[in-house]
Amino acid sequence: MSGLHPPKPFPEAARDKVSQPQLRANLRKVTHTIREKRLRAVGEVPHWEELRVLGEATKDATLANLSDRLLQLEASVKARGGQVHWARDAAEARELVARIAESHGVDELIKVKSITSDEIELNAGLAERGIHAIETDLAELIVQLSHDTPSHILVPAIHRNRAEIQALFNRELPGEGNLSDAPAELAGAARRYLRHKFLTTKMAVSGVNFAVAETGTVCVVESEGNGRMCLTLPEVLVSVMGIEKVLERWEDLAVFMELLPRSSTAERMNPYTSFWSGVTPGDGPQEFHLILLDNGRTDVLADATGRQTLRCIRCSACLNVCPVYERTGGHAYGSVYPGPIGAILTPQLLGMADKNANTLPGASSLCGACFDACPVRINIPQVLIYLRGEANEEKGVTAEALAMGAVGYAMSSGWRFEGALKLARAGQGPLVRGGEITALPGLLGGWTQSRDLKAVPPQSFREWWRQREGADG
Amino acid sequence: MNVDLFITCVNDAMFPRTGQATVRLLERLGHEVRFNANQTCCGQMHLNTGYREGALKLIRKFVDDYRDAEVVVMPSGSCAAMVRELYPEAARWGGDTELLREVEDLAPRVYELSEFLVNRLGVEDVGAYYPHRVTYHPTCHAMRVLRVGDAPLRLLRNVRGMTLLELEGAEECCGFGGTFSVKNPDVSAAMLADKTRHVLDTGAEVCTAGDNSCLLHIGGGLHRLRSGAGTVHLAEILASTEEEVFA
Ligand code: SF4
Repeated sequence: MSGLHPPKPFPEAARDKVSQPQLRANLRKVTHTIREKRLRAVGEVPHWEELRVLGEATKDATLANLSDRLLQLEASVKARGGQVHWARDAAEARELVARIAESHGVDELIKVKSITSDEIELNAGLAERGIHAIETDLAELIVQLSHDTPSHILVPAIHRNRAEIQALFNRELPGEGNLSDAPAELAGAARRYLRHKFLTTKMAVSGVNFAVAETGTVCVVESEGNGRMCLTLPEVLVSVMGIEKVLERWEDLAVFMELLPRSSTAERMNPYTSFWSGVTPGDGPQEFHLILLDNGRTDVLADATGRQTLRCIRCSACLNVCPVYERTGGHAYGSVYPGPIGAILTPQLLGMADKNANTLPGASSLCGACFDACPVRINIPQVLIYLRGEANEEKGVTAEALAMGAVGYAMSSGWRFEGALKLARAGQGPLVRGGEITALPGLLGGWTQSRDLKAVPPQSFREWWRQREGADG
Repeated sequence: MNVDLFITCVNDAMFPRTGQATVRLLERLGHEVRFNANQTCCGQMHLNTGYREGALKLIRKFVDDYRDAEVVVMPSGSCAAMVRELYPEAARWGGDTELLREVEDLAPRVYELSEFLVNRLGVEDVGAYYPHRVTYHPTCHAMRVLRVGDAPLRLLRNVRGMTLLELEGAEECCGFGGTFSVKNPDVSAAMLADKTRHVLDTGAEVCTAGDNSCLLHIGGGLHRLRSGAGTVHLAEILASTEEEVFA
């Protein structure tokens, strides 16, 4: 599995994951640790709420004039010697990267910050053309060497433990001797392997955190420094960005440089922030390509409620606070975008007719923790509810729709409701034992898998009220 | 004050004692309590499950039933959150500007019970007596949508005879989520398992909250475990006195 397309409906994929106790323990530990650190990092900023509002407004303003901003970005990047390409979908973007590689006779390239490239399934696309892409982010490398897929935006190997990584490196990094499971030793081995690649590879592909329209500056924010190596050592650099990553002004960056690290790694500032604008003769890559990827984004932009999703800066704060993500991990979402943001972004990018993706808006108890955590105030619960409606429109008449219609009819007046209640009371008889129901039929059976249900009591509130009014009056 | 009750469909059918407790409590505080027997459901289940048309019918009905109310009080954070937060959204999605105007007019008069008592009336001691070990679960919609803050805890701290025990992971969702609990039963059960474990770890006899749908879920889990601990709505604790123990 890679790219956007979930291979299974969420409830099914979740069932496989929820039953893995080791996975659940790992996830709980890591998400709770990041969660608490984030609260501390955010708590240090007295005007955090105002900053969030500013982040929201800045992104909204850019999105409102997105086509102008993108044209401005294109012009600024070209003016500084870069080349700009527009990709309507994943296939076009893959083709662009492959052609650039082929034009330089490259059969191996290095990559950093690769969620967008995972969205377009770049590695597989390049492999078909005989081009090998090597991940340089440590966690991405672990995922790649184990032929796995990332399960978290920020901690792609969150589902792997140290012993697994030790075994993997001993198998996949020959010439390193027999490594122990000490983190420093494992990191050292990866560093030697990657350093060799940085110094010998001619071409790099990167993602983009922000691109500034007025200056043509592209920005990547990272923790390891491997990105810095990728962005400066190769001769050719190709950066792939979703069109929503553009900002209008240089000053706009200031807001996000505060919001992003605190929300994602719970740091006051991330260790490496790289900016580059076009090409500089004799310094850094001598050829720079920026690929502007749509892949469904303009459809999202056209939707008044859904468009807020495009504010996302991929900080992953919503994943770390989500009780559903905590129990299932990222793979259950079946897309490169997991967690609450994935539950709204994936179905929107793919369209609500996608039968597996349209189960993702249901992957939430609507507890609202994601909205509180989101640095750009995406009202994820609201979008989830909205998308559930869009999904139902696609599905047409289902057993659930009929049941909801019947409930709606019963609720259309107090009298009908009372009648339905009497029917329920009469009908529950055979199911009730000691005041509780332990097994329900049909659509409701999921409830009694793990909890009992209190029986409907003999007198409703309205019956009590009527009795009391009668007695009073 | 003239208080119109919205008892909610779940309370009406499944938890009549909660409604009765709400009536006793508000009357004890000197308010004129009214119950419009035409009321049914706020429409949350329909809207949250993606049935907008069905929800809009119930929203229009709610507006018809309560248009003239001075205040509407409901023993449910979730239903109050639906009215205040999602009614306007649903009206927008339905393109119904007249309904939008009406719900925006009505929403500020709608209160969840604890915020009505503490934030609107300024009452923190309702003269309750409840001699039990109790732990409090802040429900998601009351906490994150209505922002009731510590209003329920202020009320509980003034209950005489009661031991209030701190719940670990209190702010984590219990996993109910309406139809989520039947559509994603495995994830919901995993969330519930953590919640019931934390409740039992406190040693409380009773887990309370301001929402019976969450309590139906937590209570169902505790009952399945044959744990002996149970759930009681906040209103029932607050209505209890030395003369009449409600819960
Ligand atoms: S939706 Fe918000 S919290 Fe989640 S990754 Fe995007 S910006 Fe971060």
